[in-house]
Amino acid sequence: MAEEIKKLKVTIDNITLEVPQGTTILQAARMIGGDVVPPAMCYYSKLQGSGGKCRTCLVEVSKGSEADPRPMPKLVASCRTGVMDGMEVKNITSPKVIDARNGVVEFLLLNHPLDCPICDQAGECHLQDLGYEHGKEATRYEFKRRTFDKHDLGPYIQLHMTRCILCYRCVFTADQVSNKRVHGVLSRGDHAEIATYIEKSLDNDFIGNVIDVCPVGALTDKTFRFKNRVWFTKPVNAHRDCKCCSGKVTLWQRGEEVLRVTARKNQWGEVEKWICNECRFEKKKVSDWVIEGPTHVNRHSVISQGHYEKMKKPTETFSKVHDGRKPKLLMDIHSVSEVNDPSIDLSAINGPATSKVFEHSKKQS
Amino acid sequence: MGVLTNRAKTLEQKPMTFWESLYLPAIFKGMAITFGHMFRKKPTINYPEQKRPFSPVFRGLHVLNRDEEGRENCTACGLCAVACPAEAITMEAAERQKGEEHLYREEKYAAKYEINMLRCIFCGLCEEACPKDAIYLSETFAPSNFTRKGFIYSKENLLIPHPVNEKEKYEVAKGLREEQLKNK
Repeated sequence: MAEEIKKLKVTIDNITLEVPQGTTILQAARMIGGDVVPPAMCYYSKLQGSGGKCRTCLVEVSKGSEADPRPMPKLVASCRTGVMDGMEVKNITSPKVIDARNGVVEFLLLNHPLDCPICDQAGECHLQDLGYEHGKEATRYEFKRRTFDKHDLGPYIQLHMTRCILCYRCVFTADQVSNKRVHGVLSRGDHAEIATYIEKSLDNDFIGNVIDVCPVGALTDKTFRFKNRVWFTKPVNAHRDCKCCSGKVTLWQRGEEVLRVTARKNQWGEVEKWICNECRFEKKKVSDWVIEGPTHVNRHSVISQGHYEKMKKPTETFSKVHDGRKPKLLMDIHSVSEVNDPSIDLSAINGPATSKVFEHSKKQS
Repeated sequence: MGVLTNRAKTLEQKPMTFWESLYLPAIFKGMAITFGHMFRKKPTINYPEQKRPFSPVFRGLHVLNRDEEGRENCTACGLCAVACPAEAITMEAAERQKGEEHLYREEKYAAKYEINMLRCIFCGLCEEACPKDAIYLSETFAPSNFTRKGFIYSKENLLIPHPVNEKEKYEVAKGLREEQLKNK
């Protein structure tokens, strides 16, 4: 007789469900979905051992289990606490949790430089969302913040250590996705920083995934650096035959240019399938990809402001209503505007645009 | 058709009396009103010589701000463009290189910045959205022009004069508002 998998009953914010043994509170909450899911900055379901560092997923356990109904004395990190049978958990229904989480968010933002206007992650940054969700769009901190110089992790990845919240996700990624890791966390406490050990460049095929895994703008794609704001680019699902990865990605386009390639992310902002460096950094042409269609973007995200998903491209109706005649005078927008100059292909530049790139176009026009 | 409201009045059309058919009394009455206006206070002003003060909340042409050292404030964060209901603002960013620190305040700057004044509705949302105090609506009207090109304002048109290198221009551009406020 096959052994029956033991199902545990858990109640989260007065919603009861049964989960298999070994499920954490966070995973159980994600099965319910909606508002009861605690936010997570460091926990990543695809990375073993992640979680327990950022403390944003704190919840109150008001009843430990059926066997021992005493409440847990302190708030617990839901990503690391397993469900017990009969457990009762309070997340958004507990004022204690809301208060504690507000505090945690403020602590996370203590040393964060708040340079969102410059940061490439703005618009898809989990820390930005978290800050705004908890009413922390301003800071009360008046002292000098921890600063680091920006750092190159290999030819494609830019590290802004000042923005890092030390979630360790990238370290776990480098450890588990690639077979050899050369970066980790050096020093401790306030001085702790993500660094490549003795400036070793990261040349693993899958190291680019640390960019997608980073919840803030600490690790960003150098090939996309400053090219455009995330919410002005159009996310499109695409795939290609790749030898080393699934090849299923999201392209971020401006017009026909592919400015950035990322892995597809699920509703929790986690990568669905890891993609390789070749797909991510080197295939920046539409012809490299088979385009499937626009990516679904949550309508609460600023990225949905372009309404790409349900957009129908308008067709030229002039010749239809004028018996096939073409318009005599048509203004080319590039004759009056210098922005989006067709002679500059931003996707072909292997790094941020500089003054030289634009000087060149001025001479031509 | 029935009457819709009971406010309708029937118009009486009697034949004119002798006094009315002369017309002259009515003409003189009208002229008296006309001449009377000559001695009243004029509501108009002679525009180019005289100018009316702007309201403190007037929203005119945009300017791009510099800091005291003359570095451009704008970092091309795109918040003005996303806030703009008329989609009049476009921009392209670039990275500040070594040796350009005196030109741009932040690591990233707007290499291209354009406002289409034909699209702009002067609502001032860009000013509100700006996190870097970079864009302001000034007290100037958008001048008229014959071509569309004249209405697309590039960064060179929008930037305020350099406060160190072009001190005189900068003082002129600052306007009289500050002194007016001081005198009050």
